[in-house]
Parts: sequence; C-alpha cells; structure tokens
Amino acid sequence: MKKNFRGLFFTPYVLWLAMFVIAPVALIFYYSFFDIHHNFTLANYQEFFTSGTYLTMTANSVLYAFLITLFAILISYPMALVISKLKHRDLWILLVILPTWINLLLKAYAFIGLLSHDGLVNELFQFFGLPIQHMLFTDASFILVAAYIQIPFMILPIYNSLTDISNSYIRASRDLGATKWQTLTKVIIPMTLPGIKSGIQIVFIPSLSLFMLSRLIGGNKVITLGTAVEEHFLTTMNWGMGSTIGVVLIISMVIVMLLTNTKRKRRRA
Amino acid sequence: MEDKASRTGKIYITIVFLLLYIPIVYLILYSFSKGTTMTNFQGFSLKHYGELFADKRMLAIFLNTILIALLSSVCSTIIGTMGALAVHNAKRRHERETLLSLNSILLVSPDVIIGASFLIFFTALKLPLGFWSVLLSHIAFEIPIVLLLVLPRLDEMSPSMTNAAMDLGASPSQILSKIVLPYIQPGIIAGFFMAITYSLDDFAVTFFVTGNGFTTLSVEIYSRARQGISLEINALAGIMFIFSLILVGVYYLIETHNTGNGAKKSIVEVTDR
Amino acid sequence: MKKFLAAFIAILALCGGLAYGSNQLTKSTGDTGNKVLNLYNWGDYIDPALLTKFQKETGYHVNVETFDSNEAMYTKIKQGGTSYDLTVPSEYMVEKMKTDHMLIPLDKSRLTGMNNYGSSFMNKSFDRGNKYSIPYFWGTLGIIYNDQSIKPGSLEHWNQLWSTKYRNDIMLIDSARDIMGFSLISMGKSVNTTNSAELIKAKDKLNQLSPNVKAVVADEIKMYMAEGEAPVAVDWSGEASEMMSQNSHLHYVVPTEGSNMWFDNLVIPKTAKHFKAIYAFLNFMSKPENAAQNAEYIGYSTPNTTAYKLLPKNIRDDKQFYPDQKVIDRLQVYSNLSPQKVQEYNDLYLEFKMHH
Repeated sequence: MKKNFRGLFFTPYVLWLAMFVIAPVALIFYYSFFDIHHNFTLANYQEFFTSGTYLTMTANSVLYAFLITLFAILISYPMALVISKLKHRDLWILLVILPTWINLLLKAYAFIGLLSHDGLVNELFQFFGLPIQHMLFTDASFILVAAYIQIPFMILPIYNSLTDISNSYIRASRDLGATKWQTLTKVIIPMTLPGIKSGIQIVFIPSLSLFMLSRLIGGNKVITLGTAVEEHFLTTMNWGMGSTIGVVLIISMVIVMLLTNTKRKRRRA
Repeated sequence: MEDKASRTGKIYITIVFLLLYIPIVYLILYSFSKGTTMTNFQGFSLKHYGELFADKRMLAIFLNTILIALLSSVCSTIIGTMGALAVHNAKRRHERETLLSLNSILLVSPDVIIGASFLIFFTALKLPLGFWSVLLSHIAFEIPIVLLLVLPRLDEMSPSMTNAAMDLGASPSQILSKIVLPYIQPGIIAGFFMAITYSLDDFAVTFFVTGNGFTTLSVEIYSRARQGISLEINALAGIMFIFSLILVGVYYLIETHNTGNGAKKSIVEVTDR
Repeated sequence: MKKFLAAFIAILALCGGLAYGSNQLTKSTGDTGNKVLNLYNWGDYIDPALLTKFQKETGYHVNVETFDSNEAMYTKIKQGGTSYDLTVPSEYMVEKMKTDHMLIPLDKSRLTGMNNYGSSFMNKSFDRGNKYSIPYFWGTLGIIYNDQSIKPGSLEHWNQLWSTKYRNDIMLIDSARDIMGFSLISMGKSVNTTNSAELIKAKDKLNQLSPNVKAVVADEIKMYMAEGEAPVAVDWSGEASEMMSQNSHLHYVVPTEGSNMWFDNLVIPKTAKHFKAIYAFLNFMSKPENAAQNAEYIGYSTPNTTAYKLLPKNIRDDKQFYPDQKVIDRLQVYSNLSPQKVQEYNDLYLEFKMHH
C-alpha cells in the first residue's frame, strides 16, 4: 500500500523530469553533434576544447561566477543571521524578495542612471568634495551589480536553514561557555550548511551564463559563456556550437552539485 | 519570538536594505518625471500614469503577466514539493544525486537554449503557442528552484519524528499533512515566492513559446529596448511594486493577528525536541 | 494543511479575477471578431494612434506582438505554431527569409501608393523589384559625438576613430556586421566581402582600436550617450535620433567615405492568413499622411518621399537623417551571407571583443 501511495505521489514530478528535462537535454545533446550544414560531426567539441577563445571564456565565467557567489555569501550570511533574530522576521524576509519582482532590465537601467558619469552617485561624491569616478564598465561594478541581483536568492535558503536551528542548541552552547564567535562558527554555521549549499547552487550555476549584465553594466569587457551561447543561438544561428556550450555548462553544473553534496551527514539520524 | 538582533546587526541590515531598494526608488521616482527617459529628472508630472491607464493593451499584458506568475507558481510549488519528497526519500545515494542533477539542469541552461528547445518540443507536439504553452514552460522552469528551497528543510527534519508517528500507527498521508508539511512550510512559502520571481523575470523562454497575441510584461519591455523604454513602463513597475508592498503588509497583518502565535509555537515545539 | 488549502483557493480565485479582467480589457480594444491583422513588430515601432485610425477606417483590429531581434523573429516564424500576417525584418533578413522560402510574394495588383516611395529606397539588392518587401524605415550607420568634448565638424572619417585623441572614449554598438563593416569601409573594402584575408585584416585593425573602445553595448547605448558617459559612439541613425532628442550636445555624422544603409521592411511571412487585412494595412501605411505621422512618432527616416514632404521643416532639413543624394550614393547595403561567412564574421568579431 505504501509503495502505491508513493508511486502515485511522485508521478507529476517524474513526468515533469521526462518532459521538460530529459527531452530538452536529449535535444541539446543531439544538436551539439551537428554543424551549420546539419552534418554529424564532433567538430564543435573539438573547437571548444582546442580553441583558446572558448577556454578563456570558460575560465572567465568560472572566475566571475565564483566572485559573484563569494560576494553574495559575504553580504547575505550576516543579513540572514540578523533578520532571523528580528521580531517580524517573516515580514523582513518578504521585503528582501520584493525587489526581485521588478524587471531585471529596468533595474539595470536604474543602475546605469545611478552609476554613470553624471549619475546620482557621482553627484553625491561631488557634494562631499570627492573626485568623479568612472564606475561603469569596470569589473567591480559588474560584480557588484550581479551580486545585487543574486543576493535575495542567497539570503533566502540561508535564512530558511537559520530559522530551523532550535534556540536550545544556541543556549546549550552558551551554557557550555562558548563565546558568541565560537557559537557562530562551531554551531550555527555548520548547522546552516545545507542552506549555504543550496544558495551556492542557486547563485553560482546561473552566474556562469550571465550575458545581459556583462553587456549592460560590464560593457562586454568580460565575455562569458552566456554571451557566446546567446550569439550562437540568435546571431549566427549555429545551434550546434551553442548546444555544445550548453552541454559543457550542464556537465560543470553536475560537478558543482557533486562537490556541494558530498559531505551530507545524517547528523541526527 | 523577541527581538534579539544586536545594534550593529540592525545598522548592517538597514544599509543592505537601503542598497536593495535604491535602484527601485530611483526608477519609481523617474515615473513622475516630465521627461521621457531615465536620465535628467525634468519636473514632477503624472502624465506617464495617464498614458499607462489609457493603454489598454499594456494593462491586459500586465494582468496576463500576474495571472501566469501566480498560476504557474502554485502548480510548480506543488510539483516541486512532491519532487523534494521524492529526492529526500531516495534510498540510494546515487539515486539522489542523479535526481538532483537532473533537477538543476533547467537552472544552469541559458534561457535561450531552454526557450528554443521548448519551442521545438511544443511545435512537435502540435500544441498551439499562447497562454497554455507559456504557462507550462513557466511551471517547468520554476520547479527546480522550489525543490532546492524545500529540500534542505526536509533533510534537516529528524527521521525519528516520522518514525515515532509511524510507530504510533499514523498513515503516510497523516504523517505528510500533520508532521512533514507543517515542518517544511517555510521552505514551501520561500519556494512559492521565488517561483513568482522567476516567472516575472523571464524573457527568453516566454518569447520563444508565446504566440497568438499572448504577451507578458518582460517580453514587451525587452522588445521596446530598441526604441527606448518609455517611462510608462516605470509607472507600471512602480504601481506593481507599491501594490505588492501593500499586499505583503496586509498578508502579514492577517497572519500575525489570526493564527500567528498559535501556529508558530507548534512549529517551535516540534523543533525543540 | 488547512492553511495551504485556504491559500490555494484564494490564489485560484484571484487568478479567475485576473483572467476575467484581462479578457474584458482585450475585448474593449476590439480584439475578438474575425476582422483582425496579426502584426509581428519591433517593440513600440508603430504609432498606436495609427492602429486606432486603421481600425476606424477599415474595421480590422491589429494585434501587435513584439520581438527584439531579427534572428529571434526568424526562429519563431520558421518553427511555426504562430499566425503572423505581417512582420518587419531588416534587409539582410528579408533576403535570408526569401532564400528559405518563408515569405509570400506581394500581389502588386492589390497595392496602391507604391509610387510614393523614393527610387533610392526601392529595387535594392536584397529584394530586386520589391517582390516581397515594402520599405518601412531606413537609416545609416554613423558616428555620434558630444560637442562638449569634440569640436563640431572635426570628426568626419572612420579612420579618425583610431586617433590617440580618443583613448577610452568610444562606445560601439554590439553588432558583428556593423563593427566589422566600418573597419572594412575604412580600408576601402566592401561591407559584404567574403575574402577571408580582408576579414582578418579588418579584425586586426579593430584590435588596434581596442585602447579607444570604452564599451561594446546594445540598445542601452542610447542611455549611456544621453548621460554623457562617453563622447563618441558608433551606432545607427535611428538610435542616434533617439539620443539626440534627449541630449542636445550630441551630433550624428555619416562619414564621407561611405557607410552602411539599413532598411526595415514590411513583408508577408508564410504564416499569414488574413490577406484582405494585410493589403488594407499595406496600402494604409503607404498613404503619405500616415507614413509621415508614423515617421514623426518613431523618429526614423521614412522612405516614403511624398510623406517626407509633409514632415515639419526642421525634420526635412536635417542632413543627419535625410542626407544628400551624394551621400546616399556612397552607402552600401548588407547582403545575406552564407552561414559559414556569417560565422566567420562573428568569430572574428568575438575575438576582437575578447581582445579588448
């Protein structure tokens, strides 16, 4: 009886996997073996792994995605920690999510207005007697804006796992004479690892294929894999090469998943 | 739950909140500008709101967008939660890893790839493009995020709780509705809100799978970029934002007033095992 | 569980309300009967007042759906599942769609007002005899500069962009054909060259431009230039008119040695169904007063020379957007290249972008 119940219960999810994941992935794999003349070939993979262009791009993407994720964690963890201690914490966390409901392009345009040469930030700088800064099209502004976009996605899972920690653990740790810092590093952070891991998965993986922000804010000074995919699918219509990059992204995602999932302990089993 | 945040903590989150909201305040501010673009504020005017309310096409697009966002988020939250249970109950480790990897493929694939492959898929099935194809696609790409937000809660749940309930003769459905769901509720709510985010933000997938006059706000905004995005869009974003702010406030008031304390206590007690 | 159920029902009820509301709104715009025309257009690329006028005159309601790039539009139409009656591709895309059998030839006997179009804008290489397309708007590729840092009239040639004067000053539009194109023109070559050696030379020349390039951006270039983020940009005339209306310090110039001339054109894709409406609309848009109204709203140059005469004097006399015949004669139109060549242009362009 139990088996039946479970089987029925998981049907929608499995159906989804089959229709919207397995089928498209099969399609992407299939396309990745064809050139622009629809001939079967391995040339796409050969080009990807031998041409300096794509390898540099991959290295760039990984580096920037790493930095974006790092910044997002550094800002988000304390944020989630403080919010989880507030009285109306559920309200505050909703207020973290709300900015994500505004269209990305509009927010990016707002950032252009804020950071540009005659923008609001520079006017503030001038007001305080500071020299005007060229902020757009720098790595720093690109990483900061990307981190800005990703922060809510990082705060949420961390907050989720923080609210889960029972106060008794923290009290126990205090009673045993741990300092605040020790409580944080020895009790709280280890217990929120699952949240941090899903935060990394939600932030790092999509950051590998950013293209909008790298153009809008970064001025295409950083070319990521996302830019190349966009170009292959929409400009040159070389779906084969685009799919090949897609396959590489999927494989690197699997690697990230394996890395972030290895140390799964059933602590309280 | 009393307020235990330290002073520095409060200052810190005030700063981060300010940073989070500055771009939004900025673009709402410009919706009141007399000018036509998001540069150089040119005096207060409500004309962009006038334009917006006269633009029936834009208003219809707006309602469609919200409709798709809510409907797809409800469906994906249900399916995603089921998926999280499936992954959580996976017996062998490699089974779990495979499911998780498959789950995240849609998160990692660039939107154009997903959009193009969904388009091929729908046309192969002879499904007409429009409302239903957009709804299905949104459900599809929202499921993974829901799962990733629900799963950590499930994994944190002590198996001894369900074991005890089972020993006491509770049926699987009772265990699910009385123990598991209340426990993972915060994850489910987070998943629902993130699903809405994904739906509202998506351009590329919607663009490819839409048709027959059905459009969402994102598609309209992106395709206006070549001509320059008019401040009418800012006005719409502003209204939407204020509206969701009010909605969140009302939701929260009801929540704390009615069930608030009772329900929260019970969760806390369960946790304090 | 009860709470979930209650929330679920509340959301479904809200959805019902939204669906009803959007349905009412669509109805109120007159979008229900069979008298419709499905127009697949760039976003905000037609004066909405004209659509209302068209419905009043003919009874056809125009459903507008939008796209943001030629290639995205091509993919959508090629894949099917849609029923667009008219769309607005650029010139090279007209040629590509024609080659791929995605267009329906125009029935000239049902068209009126074709003599309103200027001869410089008809019978172009991408569609000889205008068998498939009617020009909608046209323009050029050129240089935009800010007179606060650059003396008016001092920047008139492509080669000047390479000057050390403009270190980190130039913004480029993110488009392989256009950027490779002006490099080719600056060397006196054709923008449609298929000679790989010439292409590599053009890329090498672009690499030397790198220190001057501040950024390579797309539509947002308008906002950047209007904000004064950079003093020089290479962009299309349509975008230029948009930014100049926001910042009076900006000027547009088409380099004298030549440039690209682009067209957006009305065509009938193979997905079309409502032919009566299509021809009513094409004839409506060819009428000088309508074309002029549209040109004023959009701010691009109209190929309808009778309509041009109806435009206000300040627009008509604007040499930046309606250049002399002498300049027009030196403009080159892009032709559709083979997929390998498109790939070659793009690969080289990508290398240039990575170089900087």
